[in-house]
Amino acid sequence: MKQVYAVPKSLRPVPTHYCPGCTHGIIHKLVADAIDELGLRDRAVGVASVGCSVFSYDYFDCDFQQAAHGRAPAVATGIRRAVPDAIVFTYQGDGDLASIGTAEIVHAAMRSENITVIFVNNAIYGMTGGQMAPTTLVGQKTTTSPRGRQPALAGQPLRIAEMLATIPGATYVARVSTTSPAHIARAGRAIKKAFQVQAAGEGFSLVECLSTCPTNWGMSPVDAMAWVEKNMIPYYPLGEFRTPEMPETPERGQANG
Amino acid sequence: MKKVVIDEAKCKGCGLCVHFCPKSALAMADRINSRGYHPAELVDEASCISCGICGRVCPDAVIEVFKP
Repeated sequence: MKQVYAVPKSLRPVPTHYCPGCTHGIIHKLVADAIDELGLRDRAVGVASVGCSVFSYDYFDCDFQQAAHGRAPAVATGIRRAVPDAIVFTYQGDGDLASIGTAEIVHAAMRSENITVIFVNNAIYGMTGGQMAPTTLVGQKTTTSPRGRQPALAGQPLRIAEMLATIPGATYVARVSTTSPAHIARAGRAIKKAFQVQAAGEGFSLVECLSTCPTNWGMSPVDAMAWVEKNMIPYYPLGEFRTPEMPETPERGQANG
Repeated sequence: MKKVVIDEAKCKGCGLCVHFCPKSALAMADRINSRGYHPAELVDEASCISCGICGRVCPDAVIEVFKP
């Protein structure tokens, strides 16, 4: 029998702590697939963030370092500059990257640090019990916005990919979804491209993955995927916002690290 | 060997593979595994086309797909 689908080699064969239907597992597999396909496993160093994905160091079969909350891009910068041959990626949720870590991600992009950032956006703080995140949609109910997010009080949700695409040093910025087989295939291609950009020394790459949180949204995994397609994708449009192929602009930064 | 091999002990019963299977060849089993979840199982191997979608959507990396 010919094998049509195999579990990626860069993932350890261990059960994860993620809730049933959590798309972290799908994104882990896509990252591991990209590392496998590009043959980068010996050089890959991951940086884990704080949040549900903190234990990703137990799930990836490559070198890993845990960073303080929001500081994964800073730690990745240090690793990349100290070990120039390493392929460094961070794996951060929206509570980590879009909230406490906003300064680090903006400046890492600004310096065009030669790292790859996997940003998982599920519009809520998952690990701490479903509080409102900067990415929570207007009207979305969470434990700290029981009547739905009020823009007059909490502002509009933060669009990280669009914001970083305006920064000259950001070489590759894309937003993908993980809510259908077709979306997952496109997400895999974007993540692979982000690693290729880094391997070619072209600078900062980030892939924002729209994700689900069935537990804190109070939905079944299948309903949560439909909710992303109906509510999140209209506000967080998918696509590539910045690519190396786009015409060079005078302000395009020099890759670092 | 079956076309879809499921590591039932690690399955969390989320049902995504069952939902996305284009041929409805998968279903949730009545039994429960050691973690307390109903695992997915291949119930209609004849209609399975080995497309691999169940493997790709599985968040827990418990499914591998084979083609005869």
